[in-house]
Amino acid sequence: MAIVILDYGMGNLGSIQNMLQYLGEDAVISSQLSVIEKADKLILPGVGSFDAGMAQLESAGMMGLLKEMVNNRKKPILGICLGMQLMTLGSEEGQSDGLGWLDAHSYKFDFSQASGLRVPHMGWNSISVTQAHELVADLDEEPRYYFVHSYYIRANNPNQLIATANHGHAFAAIMAKDNIMGCQFHPEKSHRYGMMVLKNFAKI
Amino acid sequence: MVQNRVLPCLLVQSGKLVKTTQFKNPQYVGDPVNAVKIFNEKEVDELMLCDISPDRHIKGPDMELIRKVADECFMPLTYGGGISHLDQIREILKAGVEKVVINSALAKGNSLVTEGAAFFGNQCIVVSMDVKKNWLGRYKVYFHSGQKESSFSPQEFLMEMIEAGAGEIIINNIDLEGSWKGLDLEMLKKMNAISSVPLIASGGAGNLVHIKEVFEETGVSAVALGSMAVYQQQGLGVLINFPKAQHLKEIRQERAKKLLY
Repeated sequence: MAIVILDYGMGNLGSIQNMLQYLGEDAVISSQLSVIEKADKLILPGVGSFDAGMAQLESAGMMGLLKEMVNNRKKPILGICLGMQLMTLGSEEGQSDGLGWLDAHSYKFDFSQASGLRVPHMGWNSISVTQAHELVADLDEEPRYYFVHSYYIRANNPNQLIATANHGHAFAAIMAKDNIMGCQFHPEKSHRYGMMVLKNFAKI
Repeated sequence: MVQNRVLPCLLVQSGKLVKTTQFKNPQYVGDPVNAVKIFNEKEVDELMLCDISPDRHIKGPDMELIRKVADECFMPLTYGGGISHLDQIREILKAGVEKVVINSALAKGNSLVTEGAAFFGNQCIVVSMDVKKNWLGRYKVYFHSGQKESSFSPQEFLMEMIEAGAGEIIINNIDLEGSWKGLDLEMLKKMNAISSVPLIASGGAGNLVHIKEVFEETGVSAVALGSMAVYQQQGLGVLINFPKAQHLKEIRQERAKKLLY
């Protein structure tokens, strides 16, 4: 069981599986503990609000196993979009504590009408790699990724920051700490650019 | 900075890919799933699929078709057609679609937009507004595929939809749809000046100059291509088609430079 995409009722998982399968990887979508437990790697996806995401992880009954797999068994995990935000300490979007795996917080994009900047930050944007990492190996010269989010992550610890993107100001596009990785953009919707990130993750 | 987007807008009727002119006269142009595979290879920014089957609002969205398209799509996908309930939005998003387009349901009020934005986040709720000049020469918003004139001016409707929770708004110019004549720059500029959400301009794009001028002169976030995505050229045969990535990159870069200086 190579890669398990965690199904905790927060958004579209089919496209992540499809892209991994297109890359020749063995990927399943599951909410079953018996399947998750056998995973070599995990993907924590997610679209929706912060508190709902944390609550759904609890109510899906996978919080305990998820922490065991990541904290003790050190399985590589990739958080995507909300999934990455859940890995932080907390978010302005809600009251719940985050998983606390990444030393970072999530904040709301807040711009004046005059700035011309829109929220959500939705669309393709470039990223700047700030630190070499396996996840960003062999990227295209001008990689572009698809973002859809109203909250952004600010890294407290620059050592965990791998890439930034800019919308009004810089924010964390990719972060990593040991076996824990997250990307704010949607690799599964960023055709060949996203495919490279998923391919890199599968190789770790 | 978010880059301007250019996206094909595919129309389907009873599972077949079609193209209309001024919302009428659908012509068969191929198979939607096959078209998506071609657009994957062309590295399209985003894909929009609108089901214009006349009975779609009664039957509800064609989930089988939506799943098939979403499975093939390695780029963001937006779906519209026959959405009238929150449960349908949930099912569509779960199928692997990023955003839903709400249009006909708006004739009955804004609640689907407000509830959809509250449940799923406004980033996935797209409102489509169909606009044309009435017999007095005034722009009005139309419902039911351009059949029914509403009392709203485009500006009033835009503000009301933003207030209701729309994350993005498509402005379709009915008169220009399928015309290859260029987009309605003046009107789009006015709309963009008052909008706090991204706008997608639709109706009339016929060449690269049209795409370039709509970004430069109106400030909209995106342009939807209908005819340009399915025909070789005006009056010529069917060809699943898209401007070259390099040409679009040049347009984006020029625009980025202008914004910097």
